[in-house]
Amino acid sequence: MALNSKIPTGELDKKWEEYKGHVKLVNPSNKRKLEIIIVGTGLAGASAAASLGELGYKVKAFCFQDSPRRAHSIAAQGGINAAKNYQNDGDSVYRLFYDTIKGGDYRARESNVHRLAEVSVNIIDQCVAQGVPFAREYGGLLSNRSFGGTQVQRTFYAAGQTGQQLLLGAYSALERQVALGNVTMYARHEMLDVVTIEGKARGIIARNLVSGELERHFGHAVLLCSGGYGNVFYLSTNAMGSNVTAAWKAHKKGAYFANPCFTQIHPTCIPVTGDHQSKLTLMSESLRNDGRIWVPIAKGDTRKASDIPEEERDYYLERRYPAFGNLVPRDVASRAAKERCDAGYGVGSSKMAVFLDFADAIVRYGKIEAGKQGLENVSKDRIVELGKEVVKEKYGNLFDMYAKITGENPYEVPMRIYPAVHYTMGGLWVDYELMTTVPGLYCLGEANFSDHGANRLGASALMQGLADGYFVVPYTIGNYLADEIRTTEIPTSHEAFEKTEAEVKERLDKLMGIKGTQTVESFHKRLGKIIWDKCGMARNEEGLKSAIEEVRALKKEFWSDVKIPGGINEFNSELDKAGRVADLIELGELMCTDALDRNESCGGHFREEYQTEDGEALRDDEHYKYVAAWAFKSEGKWELHKEDLIYENIKIAARSYK
Amino acid sequence: MEHYSMNLNLRIWRQKNKNDKGGFADYKVEGISSEMSFLEMIDVLNERLILENTEPVAFDHDCREGICGSCSMYINGRPHGPWHETTTCQLHMRAFKDGDTIVVEPWRAKSFPVVKDLVVDRAAFDRIIQSGGYISVNTGNAVDANCIPIEKDKADKAFAAAACIGCGACVAACPNTSAMLFVSAKVSQLALLPQGGPERKTRVRNMVAQMDKEGFGSCTNIGACEAECPKGISLENIARMNREFTIASLLSED
Repeated sequence: MALNSKIPTGELDKKWEEYKGHVKLVNPSNKRKLEIIIVGTGLAGASAAASLGELGYKVKAFCFQDSPRRAHSIAAQGGINAAKNYQNDGDSVYRLFYDTIKGGDYRARESNVHRLAEVSVNIIDQCVAQGVPFAREYGGLLSNRSFGGTQVQRTFYAAGQTGQQLLLGAYSALERQVALGNVTMYARHEMLDVVTIEGKARGIIARNLVSGELERHFGHAVLLCSGGYGNVFYLSTNAMGSNVTAAWKAHKKGAYFANPCFTQIHPTCIPVTGDHQSKLTLMSESLRNDGRIWVPIAKGDTRKASDIPEEERDYYLERRYPAFGNLVPRDVASRAAKERCDAGYGVGSSKMAVFLDFADAIVRYGKIEAGKQGLENVSKDRIVELGKEVVKEKYGNLFDMYAKITGENPYEVPMRIYPAVHYTMGGLWVDYELMTTVPGLYCLGEANFSDHGANRLGASALMQGLADGYFVVPYTIGNYLADEIRTTEIPTSHEAFEKTEAEVKERLDKLMGIKGTQTVESFHKRLGKIIWDKCGMARNEEGLKSAIEEVRALKKEFWSDVKIPGGINEFNSELDKAGRVADLIELGELMCTDALDRNESCGGHFREEYQTEDGEALRDDEHYKYVAAWAFKSEGKWELHKEDLIYENIKIAARSYK
Repeated sequence: MEHYSMNLNLRIWRQKNKNDKGGFADYKVEGISSEMSFLEMIDVLNERLILENTEPVAFDHDCREGICGSCSMYINGRPHGPWHETTTCQLHMRAFKDGDTIVVEPWRAKSFPVVKDLVVDRAAFDRIIQSGGYISVNTGNAVDANCIPIEKDKADKAFAAAACIGCGACVAACPNTSAMLFVSAKVSQLALLPQGGPERKTRVRNMVAQMDKEGFGSCTNIGACEAECPKGISLENIARMNREFTIASLLSED
């Protein structure tokens, strides 16, 4: 099937306006008869469910958590970008568009990204109207801050809890629609397959995670808003339950999976402490403004940081990248940390960590503060004391979180940090209307591939999730549903529902019937290790080839030796997890396949064979300026389809940080 | 920080489903690192139970960074355990020492029925939000965000109230199982903001009515909710809700 991205013709900045002006509409009395299924209630899912409910569609929303308010969008810290130009610093829709394309290393679709920048301003208005308590200045107006990859201040925030506040805004709008009867909420439910009839998505099979029963749900359209697949790495900043299952089932029913190898590794996270570790916690990128990153010069040095004198420290980022120092881009900082630790210079009990040291910043700020206060002959201790106060004001909440997790006081000893998987740019392929290659099946938010290319900029994930749900899909879905007004509700006794439910049941039975000797968790850990080692921050042909073999072997072993306690028709977290891990294993193979196929380095995808002399990513625009969209053929077999990326408004150039 | 390893005696509530009577079961875990989080310690136990052909302990958890509000363990008589302003997932094992006995129970409240083991049903909180915990503004209705200036002080207070994660520790901590802290946090957030003005009276009346309907107990100003809240939600919110409720009731036209 040839990919049709359905990009409207015309000038870039007129496309969305034109589209909205001519898109088909569904009249209110027909909307009442049309049912829409939404899977996932994070920013994309909750905003879509609320907005479509408001329009009068009959919406059914599903989440695996006990409440839609717990979706993992809630954990986003930093902020949300919008081209408001409230700071009068030269921001514009075009600049946000340009920064996003460039930040994505020229691997995103121009038309989608421009639309994202256009609607970004509406998102802030909508959220404020809902009562989202963004940070404000004393004059009562909204405050902004800077984020990576931009030269303007366009990030709106609510302390370090922006995701929480935005999600609670969307959640309250969703609950209002529940109260009005426009949305039916199914919490503790997990989608286990898409039902297609004559090629169109017509519903889902969901499992009630309390009773274990399988349920059939009909919909004229199905929206997947199920988040990213970072948990393929086992350890990530994702939530424990974050999974690829909904997207993967759709993929196996005909939805192409795009750019699976584009994953983002964030350089500053609290490191792994041992084999027991279940998840990783982010320490905001802003800390690199004041912290210096170092490891001991001597291999295997076990002394405390304070016992290692200055001349025995290797400030490796400053050494390798004198121009940017500690503020090199995320991917460079991540790879450099990995290189030092792999070479045996790591610190901490696991040796997989580097120091992020604020001692210099504390003294620097202390001196400035002493000067401000007009103090003379100040003792060194007093300077340090003053400096700590300044650092506390800037980063206090992060320092507290660090202390809680590690038990160490980062005002006294350097933080230990290490890169961690944070976000996945790849996802289900969608056209301009956010429809996948299966008619009637849409994909929104992190689960789709569309806006971030090979690398996402900070504070853009929240923007995309809400753009898709509040302002894009409410328009584009009408274009499809306008032709469905004559489709009456298909009874779930239809053979397609029968058959799909039988397949789901067979798989559950099969999982339970294995009765092997190894736990689901142990398989997940092993999968994570393979993918992290060979398809993580740096990849190469040999490693990827062996990873594919290892993942295949792991899949075989999983299906013959996994041990799942309990029964099917009951609350069984291990069974839930087994299904998710089985899907992540299959995705892992496709990720490595995609990474192997893309013989270039771009954004988060770093192939060691393709780098400049000084170790920078080397893109190959001549051969790889495309979206890799994979069609599922049979187990372990995919077919590659390419969507050429056409840049009519931006001149492609090498990203330079020097 | 010095790390250490410990052996612990766990006494955990096991309950097959909501109809089962339930009871405590005792387990020993060995070699627990002080670096582990509390939930990772439970993970260790569960991995062992699975290999011993026993059902693992069911518990709610997701983000494991203190923000989703899923985790809900009552540890040694305190919701979320011994640390101040800390969720169970952020509680770390260095809070305990070798040989300790740790008692773990689910939230205990009539309005939060046990689903299985340590998992409870908190849908009552969602229904309270449905009764009025929102501002009625459809997508697309909004004016420019800076058309609504808000005093920084009020915005900050609204944010502090909005930091509630809906975990239910306040209910679990309260001898009366009152949900006043949870409800008042949402009422306060929206009452402090001008956008919340038009629905201010109906909101507080409806949310309080739903809270009562769900069977939560009365507030008798004990303050355990504030003391155990992992996000430090203040009792001031309850005082504010009481004022809001009184005004709404006195000025009620129906």
